[in-house]
Amino acid sequence: MGSRASTLLREEEIEEIKKETGFSHSQITRLYSRFTSLDKGENGTLSREDFQRIPELAINPLGDRIINAFFPEGEDQVNFRGFMRTLAHFRPIEDNEKSKNPTASEPLNSRTNKLLFAFRLYDLDRDDKISRDELLQVLRMMVGVNISDEQLGSIADRTIQEADTNGDNSISFNEFIKVLEKVDVEQKMSIRFLH
Amino acid sequence: RRTTRGLIKQNKLVRAAALLILCSGFSLLCGCRGEVPPKPTGGVTIVPPIKPDNGPQAYPEAEKSNLPVFTMDYPRIQIPFEITLWMLLASFAKIGFHVYHKITIWVPESCLLISIGLIVGAIMHSVHEEPPAVLTSNVFFLYMLPPIVLDSGYFMPTRIMLHLVLWFAVVGTLWNSIGIGMSLFAICQIEAFGVQDINLQENLLFASIISAVDPVAVLNVFEDVNVNEQLYIVVFGECLFNDAVTVVLYNMFSFVAEMPVVEPVDVFLGVARFFVVGLGGMGFGILFGFVAAFTTRFTSKVREIEPLFIFMYSYLAYLVAELFAISSIMAIVTCALTMKYYVEENVSQRSCTTIRHVVKMLGSISETLIFFFLGVVTITTEHEWNWGYILFTLLFAFVWRGLGVLVLTQIINPFRTIPFNLKDQFGLAYGGLRGAISFALAFTLPDNIGRKQLFVTATIAIILFTVFLQGISIRPLIEFINVRRTNRNLGTINVEIHCRLMEHTIAGIEDLCGQWSHFYWKDKFMKFNNRILRRILIRDSRAESSIVALYKKLELQNAMEILDTVSGDISAAPSIVSLYEEKKSSAKPKKKFLAADLRNMHDILSKNMYKIRQRTVAYTNKHTLPNDSQTKEILIRRHTSIRRSLRPGSFQSTSHKYFSLPAGQSLDLKFPPARLSYTDDHETLSEVAYPTRRSRSGRPTRSSSRAMMPLRRLDTLTEAPSVDTVGDGGRITDHGVSRTNSSYSDSHVAPRRHLNSSNDNDSGSVDNLRNNHHEAPEEEEEPQPSSSSPVWAAEPRDGTTRNPLLRRPQWNPKKK
Repeated sequence: MGSRASTLLREEEIEEIKKETGFSHSQITRLYSRFTSLDKGENGTLSREDFQRIPELAINPLGDRIINAFFPEGEDQVNFRGFMRTLAHFRPIEDNEKSKNPTASEPLNSRTNKLLFAFRLYDLDRDDKISRDELLQVLRMMVGVNISDEQLGSIADRTIQEADTNGDNSISFNEFIKVLEKVDVEQKMSIRFLH
Repeated sequence: RRTTRGLIKQNKLVRAAALLILCSGFSLLCGCRGEVPPKPTGGVTIVPPIKPDNGPQAYPEAEKSNLPVFTMDYPRIQIPFEITLWMLLASFAKIGFHVYHKITIWVPESCLLISIGLIVGAIMHSVHEEPPAVLTSNVFFLYMLPPIVLDSGYFMPTRIMLHLVLWFAVVGTLWNSIGIGMSLFAICQIEAFGVQDINLQENLLFASIISAVDPVAVLNVFEDVNVNEQLYIVVFGECLFNDAVTVVLYNMFSFVAEMPVVEPVDVFLGVARFFVVGLGGMGFGILFGFVAAFTTRFTSKVREIEPLFIFMYSYLAYLVAELFAISSIMAIVTCALTMKYYVEENVSQRSCTTIRHVVKMLGSISETLIFFFLGVVTITTEHEWNWGYILFTLLFAFVWRGLGVLVLTQIINPFRTIPFNLKDQFGLAYGGLRGAISFALAFTLPDNIGRKQLFVTATIAIILFTVFLQGISIRPLIEFINVRRTNRNLGTINVEIHCRLMEHTIAGIEDLCGQWSHFYWKDKFMKFNNRILRRILIRDSRAESSIVALYKKLELQNAMEILDTVSGDISAAPSIVSLYEEKKSSAKPKKKFLAADLRNMHDILSKNMYKIRQRTVAYTNKHTLPNDSQTKEILIRRHTSIRRSLRPGSFQSTSHKYFSLPAGQSLDLKFPPARLSYTDDHETLSEVAYPTRRSRSGRPTRSSSRAMMPLRRLDTLTEAPSVDTVGDGGRITDHGVSRTNSSYSDSHVAPRRHLNSSNDNDSGSVDNLRNNHHEAPEEEEEPQPSSSSPVWAAEPRDGTTRNPLLRRPQWNPKKK
């Protein structure tokens, strides 16, 4: 499995991805074989349909949004680099990374970037604000049929009220960060990737 | 108010149920009298005097016997009659049981069944009746066991982590039986107990009967306590496997027990035989499964007997395996597993439902009867009680189970991403109730085993002990030790919502990365499956990908259910009238939120937010069909988002406030993608196809106010002409939506193209589309399923080839 994958993935690419995302060599090859198994068209990129074929994602309430997060603005195909870049957000933060080069750009799996990922799940139009409507949409996706719209509306109102500090009736990214400051985001938004 | 009325109703129901139970018990009692009593009893009213057929008197008037107006021949129907009465009684008990929801939480169902059996046994004993001797070895193994095992096999979730479950179920049970057997043998050596005549083989045999556990009671508790999903799977797997493992071990050990002398080579042969038997059973099962799948390929004209094939083939697999003395359990389980996947695609929706219900029903009947019989036998037979042996049995069963769980967990914990902690292990160990199979096996032990009665008594003792004591006490214990980590002042609603969002995201990404499965082999198998197996075994492996067929099935099913449930409100946007009028009081106090409101909100959220990976947690109870309502809800919502994504301009980012789909046509999705898949010039193809279809629909339709989507976009339908129709990983769930989902995930190929911009409308403004859902069932009667076409396809690009047939009246969008 590993050998089949790595023949198609060149060593220098692996190195680049390693540098950019911080995954280890074996993790990258494993994820590459997953990538190729998803890629039915075998053209080196994944489309939305390829993701939608994963049955567990189909019944994930946020499945659409998660899939959407893989595709950069306006594009319909994602290559392996993009795939890994998105997955890199979920790498656990290791302690030794914190003290690494402070001048280097923020790693993809920093707390801020993890929060940004979550923020973007709400904020589809990328205006850096979670409006009440956007919030309602996500809430509705996550909640069963037994909640009335009014209840949901109140919950959304309360959510915005709690977070909104500048009174624009929407949640900006900074307000989002502030509201989650006590939550262990590093642990919540991390997956232990298998080797 | 409602609650008191509900209580009164419940009381009435309970009284009625009790009355019914008494009546049936009484009539059963009368029935049990075997010979007809000389005088009519309370349950039987006879108008003219009867002459009993087997009356001892000599009737001198035999030559001039009058035509009997009314005769009674009880012995003829005795056995089926009594069995039916028992079944009915147990079913009434189940109804009564569920009247009080609180009982079902605290008391496992097996408790109830045994109690009813005990009551009836007490009644019978008091009138000195014997229970009919129906539970013989043959009856058990040939008639009662197959439904139970078929039930386990058919509803086995595919997501189950087989290696983990097998580790606990098989290795754990082996450990248990050998441990208990050895220690009991050691106890037997002690003269004080007077059981020296039981040799090692018999001890091992007895141990194998009582060592498999059925932690069904634990499942409910675990679900409420939100345990680690893998633990849940282990427990559920043990439930499923325990029957099979018990019988297999029993067969193995009984084989050994019959041999007078055991030599080391025999042990080796025994192990080899175990493998042969097991693998042979699996082979037979797979063979029969494939044959069944192949048969159902041709049953489209004989839908009424489709379910019959499933049952006949599984039963045949079982019997043929019995014929060759290989593991019939493995045969029937593998047959069910293999068959299920293909058959559920071939048979009609109704047959599918029928099959599932009947499988569940048969399994339930068997198990009920066995427990019932257990209760009756407890009271009515002669017991051989031996304090030492029985008490030590209980002790050892407990101890070895605990040790087993401890050791096994320690061995595998290093390999696992989420180790099982001590609380989990305690739950696993303590929840080990014994099941009905143990009793049946003990009762049907061959008579050449000297102390058979002692074994029966001991088995009954341990079943009663574990079911009643452990079964009832497990919930409070686990809730006690599992102090919920979610404290109420988790603080803000924000945190609660965002944390759940993150959990769902993580679950999604994990599934995406295939963290759980060794997808390499699975992938290879899926490829083989798609290329070869599906072509042979599935009737029309291409039509399954038709969106039309899929949506029809799924939507009809779901729409009916939604209409049935009074309180369902699947609307997404605030425009739908809320069905909850009580909450109007809390309507939008825009700025002020009291503490009570906050608590309310926390409550609502914690009760209603979807749990992670509900698919696994759907299997809460062995006695009920899996609960996949969450899955269905999610899928319904995404259906409409699919619909919307098929609208023209749906990939623009502005929110849509208008209808896009014509009213009443929601059930008939527009175009079979098969027609679109192969060429690049789809627009011509689809436009050609549509006019004919559309002309059949007389319904006024709405056109979207957007610019029409250039149809060329659809050429990215990657629905392969090959049979790669089932998505990678195939089934989403195994139940309910499974058969439609398999093609659902694939049929997404067509519509989900541009969810980028339609995402924001995911649940937003689908209000009116939802309305269509409600209208949908009436429209179901429309003869041509695919007679309507998508609006967007109607409008050609640039409006050049405007066909008057294609023009549609504008719909006034029902905005809020």
